[in-house]
Amino acid sequence: MYNGDVYITGSCVIRDNRVYRDGVQLLETPRELELPEFLRAGYDHFSGQYPKFHKMDPLSKLGWLAAEVLLKEVPLSSYPRESVGLILANKSASLDTDLRYFDSVKDIASPALFVYTLPNIVMGEISIRHGFKGENAFFTTDVFDREFMVGYISQLFLENAVSACLCGWVEVMGPAYEVMLYKVERTGDGGLVFNADNLQKAASI
Amino acid sequence: MNSNVWIAGGGVICGIGNNLPECLEAFKRMEPGMAHMEYLHSVHRHTFPVVEVKASNATLAEWTGMPEHISRTALLSCVAAQEAWNSTGLGDISQYRVGFISANTVGGMDKTEDFFADYLQDTSKGHLNQVVHHECGAITELVADAMGIRHHISTISTACSSSANALMYGARLLKNNMVDVVIAGGTDALTRFTLNGFNTLMILDPAASRPFDDTRTGLNLGEGAGYVVLVSDALAAELPATRQPWCRLSGYANANDAYHQTASSPDGTGNFLAMQGALEMSGIKPEDIDYINLHGTGTQNNDAAEGAAIARLFAPEYPPVSSTKSFTGHTLGASGGIEAVFSAWSVKEGIIYPNANFHKQMKELPFAPVTKFTAGQELKHVMSNSFGFGGNCSSLVFSKNAQS
Amino acid sequence: MEKLMAALKAQIVEQLNLQEVKPEDIGDDQPLFKDGLGLDSIDALEIIVLLQQHYGIRIANPEQGPEIFHSVRTIAEFITAHQTAK
Repeated sequence: MYNGDVYITGSCVIRDNRVYRDGVQLLETPRELELPEFLRAGYDHFSGQYPKFHKMDPLSKLGWLAAEVLLKEVPLSSYPRESVGLILANKSASLDTDLRYFDSVKDIASPALFVYTLPNIVMGEISIRHGFKGENAFFTTDVFDREFMVGYISQLFLENAVSACLCGWVEVMGPAYEVMLYKVERTGDGGLVFNADNLQKAASI
Repeated sequence: MNSNVWIAGGGVICGIGNNLPECLEAFKRMEPGMAHMEYLHSVHRHTFPVVEVKASNATLAEWTGMPEHISRTALLSCVAAQEAWNSTGLGDISQYRVGFISANTVGGMDKTEDFFADYLQDTSKGHLNQVVHHECGAITELVADAMGIRHHISTISTACSSSANALMYGARLLKNNMVDVVIAGGTDALTRFTLNGFNTLMILDPAASRPFDDTRTGLNLGEGAGYVVLVSDALAAELPATRQPWCRLSGYANANDAYHQTASSPDGTGNFLAMQGALEMSGIKPEDIDYINLHGTGTQNNDAAEGAAIARLFAPEYPPVSSTKSFTGHTLGASGGIEAVFSAWSVKEGIIYPNANFHKQMKELPFAPVTKFTAGQELKHVMSNSFGFGGNCSSLVFSKNAQS
Repeated sequence: MEKLMAALKAQIVEQLNLQEVKPEDIGDDQPLFKDGLGLDSIDALEIIVLLQQHYGIRIANPEQGPEIFHSVRTIAEFITAHQTAK
């Protein structure tokens, strides 16, 4: 019987051209490498065989890559697809791509760029890749509000809206970016209890 | 946990009316709002009709008491949020713990576009105060400040389902007793950014859109804002006899279609899951739904997918359905809020809204939308659909009586 | 025609950001969408932009897309027909 407890069963942090899973560094590229090249290196290292990756905007690439890292060895495949949710937040929404799209308008506006001028498209990309069909929400907040995230997601579990989810912070604006993505489940052998302190702890390097 | 969430009031501004009574008049008179652009400046002025709010920023500022130079997205939001609050009779807003959950997708883009026009000519030109409210969240904060809301403010941005998701979020705040009352919905102003973007996707209809019609070729963009006021059982019981709640928000669900960035899956998987989930939460069956306010954008893809999902869930008996976007245009991040107001009012007054411009039933569907306005019917449960890019699908169910 | 098809392949790879595909890997008659090269509806819109940018050809009705964009050869034929028609 579900007793209301929810656990953090994995974390992925991407920052400063490094990728970490559960606090362990898995990939490092030179810091001077620019974001597109770093993302390509991450794709080659963790995935490959998904050409649609190259068409995504940096926000989608970052979220998609973090999900790839988190789910590669232990996917959430034991849950019904309809009950796996995605709850993300960031500061700049899709502004990074909005500006590039705006730039293309001077010539001929690019449909492929316009598609990414919404922050929630990153959740669409992750859902397409992993077949997740559960609840989605994308919040824009100044800083990563862990208390808020925990409160919101706990309610989703209480309502039975989800039985597992990916959640976290996926931010990019120009060269500056940061990802903290978490896997949260009802059952979590050895996992951390899902609360704000543990979100911080799980992502500490 | 299982307490009710009541709709204590609502407000709306869009291209067919500056408040709810004006919109209802437009529905009764069968007067959709598509017209040439008056306030938006675009090279497409004579190519694509839009459904603009028929008021300048100066007028909107005067109505709301906000400064004229801020984004139209915030001005529209404030008009509808004020109407929503005033319709409840709850009085002084400062005596409650109030949540303001407002969705939008364009933020202050209208002002940013003005800034860039000057800035690109000469990088020493352009007023930076035009871009300080660019972010979606800034719009919500401006309106919250204007209305004196301090307790809980949040912005949701999930494309065209944004404001339906704002209602879901608001309901959860109430159920957890984090606030006493929530103003939930959304706003979006027309901008060149969205007009050009939808044009690149080639889904704008150069004539008035024809949702759920076999000959449909696309959507018309609109603008506006819509908010409902959500209250808990406790506060609903305190409302004066003359201001009883309109109905309950009895069910809601959100699902991801997991198919394509912008296109819906052919069988409308996400749409189906959202509608099914909302019915489940309401504790009712498909045959209990008395009217569906469709997402119904008028694009080939949306209407085919939404129609297929309805056919699958509701067969063999179909409730009356219609798309009020055939009057208001597609107001994007505001549409779920505007249509929530229409749907909640529909339960209260037994109204079924007409679908304008309908002539020919879609070949693949066993049902057609309603084309006449009727009121005074006994409607127990009304469903409102909102589906967005990114596969983000939401359904809401509004119900008449208290949970039995 | 051969020259045009070779140019088109390079333009498609660039415009659609097909980083793992070389222009010469695309067959003249290989279906571009779905099971072929795996392009989707947004790619079709980008090809419409490509035709406008490089060949000055406007396609107003996206419904025409699937027929014209079946393969590199059908696009080349469309361009040729359109340019001679002018």
